[in-house]
Amino acid sequence: MKLITAVVKPHKLEDVRAALETFGVTGMTVTEASGYGRQKGHTEVYRGAEYEVDLVPKVRLEVAVEDGDSADVVDVIVKAAQTGKIGDGKVWVTPVETIVRVRTGERDGDAL
Amino acid sequence: MTLMEINAGDTAWVLVSAALVFLMTPGLAFFYGGMVRMKSVLNMMMMSAITIGVVTVLWIVVGYSLTFGGDNGGVIGNFSAAGLKGLLAPEAVSGTIPTLSFVAFQLMFAIITPALISGAIADRASFRGWIVFVALWTSLVYFPVAHSVWFLDGEGGGGFIGTGIKAVDFAGGTAVHVNAGAAALALAIVLGKRIGWRKDPMRPHSLPLVVLGAGLLWFGWFGFNAGSALSAGTTAAITFVNTQAATAAAVIGWLIVERIRHGKATTLGMASGAVAGLVAITPSCGAVTPVGALILGVVAGAICAFAVSLKYKLGFDDSLDVVGVHLVGGLVGSLAIGFLGSAAAPSAVDGLFYGGGAGQLGRQALANLIVGVYSFVVAFILAKLIDKTIGFRVKEDDEVTGVDQVEHAETAYDFLAAAGLRGHSTVRTTAAPVEDTDTDDDAEKKEGVNA
Repeated sequence: MKLITAVVKPHKLEDVRAALETFGVTGMTVTEASGYGRQKGHTEVYRGAEYEVDLVPKVRLEVAVEDGDSADVVDVIVKAAQTGKIGDGKVWVTPVETIVRVRTGERDGDAL
Repeated sequence: MTLMEINAGDTAWVLVSAALVFLMTPGLAFFYGGMVRMKSVLNMMMMSAITIGVVTVLWIVVGYSLTFGGDNGGVIGNFSAAGLKGLLAPEAVSGTIPTLSFVAFQLMFAIITPALISGAIADRASFRGWIVFVALWTSLVYFPVAHSVWFLDGEGGGGFIGTGIKAVDFAGGTAVHVNAGAAALALAIVLGKRIGWRKDPMRPHSLPLVVLGAGLLWFGWFGFNAGSALSAGTTAAITFVNTQAATAAAVIGWLIVERIRHGKATTLGMASGAVAGLVAITPSCGAVTPVGALILGVVAGAICAFAVSLKYKLGFDDSLDVVGVHLVGGLVGSLAIGFLGSAAAPSAVDGLFYGGGAGQLGRQALANLIVGVYSFVVAFILAKLIDKTIGFRVKEDDEVTGVDQVEHAETAYDFLAAAGLRGHSTVRTTAAPVEDTDTDDDAEKKEGVNA
């Protein structure tokens, strides 16, 4: 079991969601997030006063998948979220010990 | 003066102009309201709006009479027209218009002048303290200054600045903008800096509101300047064109400075440049040619774009740059008469560039110095008095919470409800608006999304 977390540009969320649905991923968790990477936010100017806006809006997607699917799912996300410009985001994979469906108590693969 | 001398066109123009100038105060409320943080927008708008209430009452009771009713030493009127006594009679005529239309027109100036000051003390003033300040400053500063600048006794005499010093102030660069700007500086100093000034971001919460406000100000300003002709004729037309010319040029002037300094032309810069141009052309709209107005505008826009940084260099928190835009813009426009004044224009003075010598420049400088110092000193004393007695600045906790909530028991925006409605679902577009005809399946899907 793997948890795939992706931080992507908000306007790419729908592309990623659609691509994952096509791939067969059945669910995901989406959180509004903010942060910065190498692009270090941006500068805004109001009457000569400069404001460094460090945190830019992002969305964070979390998808739990079987081990064998994780590489493909990462590829799907990267392909769908890519614009080629700075600030496209990151995707990372974390091992997951157990997943339990709250409604039924099913575990792991059955709970996905 | 007899009833026969009333001119319907002039009267219509002045009454329409009064309404245009009135619109500037709600416009100012939008302009200032957009520039403050979310937690202070209502208070900011209320500070403008309450001047409508307080000053209108004052004006009718004694204000008009103290400003334009008779003369005491060229500095103040008297109580002869208190309660607008005698002005309902058909023979109450000023020039070619009923005196009451002049009363209405000038009232709008008296309203917006203190409202301008409020931008200097955004986010931190007690509403009660502000109301008391408006009443006192208007009575002790605006009425005598407006009298000194504008009152004419009909025999060649009148207010000591307009007829003694012979400074030109067609529509209020000295009486309104320098006057308000100097008071704003005093208030910014007495009230002190906002908590977190220069540390926390205090960026404008709504630039669209700022643009809306600037647009309404620009529109209303045609009444302010061209209405000051007090007749529907050549002078009104010249001042109208000059107002447009200077304002448009000031937008360009401000944006050029921004582009050079920061690499971008900003929306706030555009709106600010417009207001700076409007301020600067106010005293001089009857004194310069349209080309002069263009030069004046671009220079004023550029200078004001630099001037708004003064507060950072000098260390006073003039929140919304009343000093940088109104005091400096008013001074630039007023002094410009000494350079760009053309005898061909209605005010009939030649400035330095038109062979008039330095005399007019000196007169303009002296008038603004007197008004600026008087307004600053009285505003400073009044603010100190108010602060020591009923308090002029809200408590620290209240400032952090926000003056909207603390002073008015309201907040401008209900984001909680908006967030609740939005949930976490993805927005999907549909070909046509969907009626609220939930089937069981739809309901299940929604439940699934929100689960």
